[in-house]
Amino acid sequence: MTEVTSLSAPVRDIPLRKVKPNLSTRLLKHARKYPSMWVGMAVLAIFLFIIVFADQIAQQSPLAQDLTLRLKPPSAAHWFGTDELGRDIFSRVIHGAQVSLPASFVVVIVGVAIGSFLGALAGFTGGFLDDAIMRIADVTLAFPSIVLALAISAFLGPSLRNAIIAACIVLWPEYARLMRSQVLVIRSYDYVTAARSLGMRELTILLRHVLPNSWTPLIIKAALDVGGIILLVSALSFLGLGITPPTAEWGAMIALGRTKFYQWWLATFPGLAILAVIMACNLLSEGLRNWLDPNY
Amino acid sequence: MLSRYVLRRLILAVPMLLGITLVLFIMYNLVQVDPLVMIVGERAMDKPEIVAAATARWGLDRPVWEQYLRYVVNMLGGDFGNSFQTKRPVLTDIIQFLPATVELAMSSLLFATVLGIPLGILAGIKHRSIFDRIVWFVSLINASLPPFWTGLIFLTIFYFNLGIAPGPGRLDPRMTSPERITGLYTVDTILQGNIPAFANALHHLMLPTLILGGFTLALVIRVTRAAIIDEMRRDYIRTARGKGMSERRVVIQHALRNVLIPLVTILGLAFAGLLSGAVMTETVFDWPGLGQYLVKAAVALDYPAIQGGTLLIAVIYIVVNMTVDILYGVIDPRVRYD
Repeated sequence: MTEVTSLSAPVRDIPLRKVKPNLSTRLLKHARKYPSMWVGMAVLAIFLFIIVFADQIAQQSPLAQDLTLRLKPPSAAHWFGTDELGRDIFSRVIHGAQVSLPASFVVVIVGVAIGSFLGALAGFTGGFLDDAIMRIADVTLAFPSIVLALAISAFLGPSLRNAIIAACIVLWPEYARLMRSQVLVIRSYDYVTAARSLGMRELTILLRHVLPNSWTPLIIKAALDVGGIILLVSALSFLGLGITPPTAEWGAMIALGRTKFYQWWLATFPGLAILAVIMACNLLSEGLRNWLDPNY
Repeated sequence: MLSRYVLRRLILAVPMLLGITLVLFIMYNLVQVDPLVMIVGERAMDKPEIVAAATARWGLDRPVWEQYLRYVVNMLGGDFGNSFQTKRPVLTDIIQFLPATVELAMSSLLFATVLGIPLGILAGIKHRSIFDRIVWFVSLINASLPPFWTGLIFLTIFYFNLGIAPGPGRLDPRMTSPERITGLYTVDTILQGNIPAFANALHHLMLPTLILGGFTLALVIRVTRAAIIDEMRRDYIRTARGKGMSERRVVIQHALRNVLIPLVTILGLAFAGLLSGAVMTETVFDWPGLGQYLVKAAVALDYPAIQGGTLLIAVIYIVVNMTVDILYGVIDPRVRYD
């Protein structure tokens, strides 16, 4: 015993808690460990900037037509060239971000909200409600997403609103399934049993113990799906079933370049924009998984 | 045991299929168009005998639940109605267009697995090497490319500028399509001994396969790589190495066999991806398959065709997933069928 006290005596002078490095050092360390996440976030931040300052970045209007300037190749005046109505493609790509990204965010937020609510409900209540919700989800998942979205858009008619509705219908079951399996796993953990044995109400257990611990895979998937939904919506618009002209939308812009092999700039630039966003989302999702999921 | 499992899966698929028809039926009824016009077409509306016949056959004067019953019965009998565009039964159309999609999907799957498995294994073995990073980056780009755009860019470069790839379609316009046996051009031309047409059909498959298979390729690489990394850490690998087995044999005889299991499970997923991808790829390459048929139907509001095509794709999807589940147990004896 005396040995222990003599040993601990000098230790008392040394601060036991490590000095926390300041925020920027910690962020830098984090960025070095998970570079893909930060690259993805940086690209998405650039797009956010573009959305907010679209009118300042692209001085020309995305809708202004000038028939004397039809199908001009990229130049100093029109960086990405002009389309067949003489509209500035650079401006249309920039303003296209204002359509695709917010639409995708709305879809993912609604999809996560509805899906995780129903999934948690199914997983926690079990029984009839569980069966009812999950069978609906199964049926929806039996269609490949683009096929179902295509059919819904065709039945509802082409518009931005209907494309968003179609994408939400396609997306929610995936989250319902994920959330349900999360809830089922977490419910079996000891701390939930402990909470229950302390006499906690089921609703409190759900809200305080189960839900806060089940978000990780949903967040990882959501980051990925922002890109996936942009692809889905632009694909619908490319086919003429999503956002309708004259709105500047990437997929619809690519469709204008479909038969024009000479005018390569029509399709190239909006496609690069889609590629950049989806890649950023993939990177962000991968980085988030490496960071948040220790088992991976 | 296996046959009982298969039977159980088949029985479980029935409510699923009913659910799918219900979804389509609800969509059908949500449209603000008179279903009669949809069935007989606008021009036949002033012919009372046709209208009466259609009303009777589809039970349009009956309550909704009975309409749904008739709808299901009609569909079970293969009657999806007539396509507005082609004026033929939807089923006839589908039978005509399906082989082109099957051919494209098969060649894409072949491309993705033949290239993807070795690349995934190499990347997994040389985990964190330069090669691994390159494969990772290429498959990241691959997974991020919008297929309709990549298709266009490839057509512009390889067909229009370089002239090394053929244009859209399944054959050059000057070629006559082979007599239909299976509907797969590459198979039919071989069976008929028409080598130039075979070469041409294969050449036309090249670009769409590259685009459609590219996405699956990224998936196959990712799964193989992760599985190999996981397997190579196991005890039995250490044992195999410990008894002096060459690294090549360790990988091929021991690790690879276990990697096949997760690979088979993603095949279902990959197939779904191929069906979805076919919708876009076929449109860009003017490929006369089910995907293009569906898109044309959707754009022209050809409701019977949309329904028939969507239903068929959903059925194919379910059947493939079921087959994968069953295969899973055949490959991995540890899986119990209960």
